[in-house]
Amino acid sequence: MSFPWANEYQPQHPLMQWLDAKLPLPRLVYNAIGAGYPVPRNLNYFWNFGVLAGVCLVIQILTGVILAMHYAGNADLAFNSTEHIMRDVNWGWMLRYMHSNGASAFFVVVYIHIFRGFFYGSYKAPREMIWLLGVVIFLLMMATAFMGYVLPWGQMSFWGAQVITGLFSAIPLVGDALHTWLLGGFAPDNAALNRFFSLHFLLPFVILGVVILHIWALHIPGSSNPTGVEVKSESDTVPFHPYYTAKDGWGLGAFLLIYCAVVFFAPNALGHPDNYIPANPMQTPAHIVPEWYFWPFYAILRAFTQNFPLLGIPAKLLGVMGMFSAILVWFFLPWLDRSPVRSGHFRPTFRKFYWLLVIDVAVLGYCGGSPAEEPFVIISQIAAIYYFLHFLVVLPIVSSIEQPEPLPFSITEAVLGSDQAASLAPAE
Amino acid sequence: MIRLISILAGLFFTVALGWALILGVVGLAHDGLPTSAEKKFHEHPKELALASDGMFGKFDRQQLQRGFQVYKEVCANCHAIKLVAFRDLKALGYNEDEVKAVAKGYKVPAYNPGMGEMKTHDGTMADHFPPVVYAGQGSPPDLSLITKARHGGAAYVYSLLTGYQNPPADLPKENQPGAGLYYNPYFANLNIAMPKPLTSDGQVSYKDGTKATVDQMAQDVSAFLVWTAEPKLEKRHQTGWAVLGFLLFATILAYMAYRNVWADKKGH
Repeated sequence: MSFPWANEYQPQHPLMQWLDAKLPLPRLVYNAIGAGYPVPRNLNYFWNFGVLAGVCLVIQILTGVILAMHYAGNADLAFNSTEHIMRDVNWGWMLRYMHSNGASAFFVVVYIHIFRGFFYGSYKAPREMIWLLGVVIFLLMMATAFMGYVLPWGQMSFWGAQVITGLFSAIPLVGDALHTWLLGGFAPDNAALNRFFSLHFLLPFVILGVVILHIWALHIPGSSNPTGVEVKSESDTVPFHPYYTAKDGWGLGAFLLIYCAVVFFAPNALGHPDNYIPANPMQTPAHIVPEWYFWPFYAILRAFTQNFPLLGIPAKLLGVMGMFSAILVWFFLPWLDRSPVRSGHFRPTFRKFYWLLVIDVAVLGYCGGSPAEEPFVIISQIAAIYYFLHFLVVLPIVSSIEQPEPLPFSITEAVLGSDQAASLAPAE
Repeated sequence: MIRLISILAGLFFTVALGWALILGVVGLAHDGLPTSAEKKFHEHPKELALASDGMFGKFDRQQLQRGFQVYKEVCANCHAIKLVAFRDLKALGYNEDEVKAVAKGYKVPAYNPGMGEMKTHDGTMADHFPPVVYAGQGSPPDLSLITKARHGGAAYVYSLLTGYQNPPADLPKENQPGAGLYYNPYFANLNIAMPKPLTSDGQVSYKDGTKATVDQMAQDVSAFLVWTAEPKLEKRHQTGWAVLGFLLFATILAYMAYRNVWADKKGH
């Protein structure tokens, strides 16, 4: 891709020239995250979170590979081998806390990244493919995180696996057979634990592959920006390096400070105490809750408490459909929101509904982490109704009737004001 | 077309959820919010301040040794700490001979393949605390991780040990302790099968002269169980400060570099 004014890679050293002629890998990096990638000059700090998500993925893979060297994927050994890591392996406690809190950090960063996309219309043409690949990454992350949480084989591991794999049995006709086949038994046990371990090791590398596609797709239209106005001239952009490497660098430092504060001083704050109790199939915990990052979707799953009126679709099936649809609907977002204006800054009506959605998801999250009793069930039903209406009804209607506010002529004008921008504009 | 389909899908979920909501509201209007005596009488853990608390927390080794003594003389009759190895006790400030002496006092079961049977040997530094054979009803949990496996952690353990009391007069009949159960408002369902373990002052005699009140013993054993659950706590805190210090320095440098690089661009 790229804009005509993008810097060209010009290796000076003979070795780099030789390498560039045989395998232009440095050129690829230069054009992807170096001086060869022109980026809008007006990105705010919400644009840091893509890089941070990449860093989280690398942290998870590095710590995870080492943890796997000491972990035993066997229902009789898994819990004690996790404690062996915590007690006997050199720095094992640190690796495990980095990994378990790394999952939370990854989701924090990715949720901010996704809601950045919602607000600034990052999913809109010409960036639909970036968005679609992003939703694929999110789904893969959820699967990976779920299976990872099962591995220590504590009480929440076991019962979480029981509940989530049980969802497959809601599928009509083939559900029970599918459930047994996927688990390798009638309930989670050694067979399930082993295949979860295998997939938990595999999927991060699949995520890595899709991330590369995600970035590749990004480099075709280039990054979006807070105004949503497309890049028009060279004065609208700065080279990724050094401008955004510097900005991402200090953003990364700030992120790591928070992440490490949690890892070293509150490593169990985000986990559930029950997962320090070895899995016991004979004893159900009082409240089965997944990790916090699943709470909004778990609330939607549990909000469907009644069979569909007249049609008689079972509540459990409705819950499964609802939970998966809550994410699948994101795939259709580029075609549901038809407003030509990308940024929420210039869409007064959309903006109100956007913040309503943010609150709605927070409420769903709170209900998902609470026991399945009143008033949380009723609240999550109201919140789930809004969630679906927001994407499926509100966005299509708002985007066709809304009067957007006037857009700046260019990114440069948005940053510098129209006078200075005029003096910088290329002579036509 | 896609918008028509999406609005229909939205209505589908709205009807399904709306119907459940209506029935839920009707049920709620009829029955009111669920109440349970367990919720009403259950109490949150008391305050407990330990040396290991907070970002600068360190173990009080004297207290850990006292706590170990309480564990050994009282709790160990029913509860194991299988994840702890005898060699780990050196972290409590015991020297090697003392640890060896402690280990020797335990019989550790081991399978003897030559004889094809189980036999026991005297504990060594390499062994873990052996399982505890409990003859009564129920299954006393292993205590290795107990302060991480309960909401409230050490404060919960401390509150539970000191929380035995007579049931309040207004406790509903179905929540009254049955045979072999004891009322304790810090326990999830109010009635615990464990009899009051710390019954009287002076139940153990501390070697360091500390007065062994029930409260003191409960605090000490709670502190000890923080250590069994998180033996690397001190190292974690120390490393954490070094890491945060380095990151703060690096982040300030990175911020200055950022300001420097962007100095010629307005808008940031």
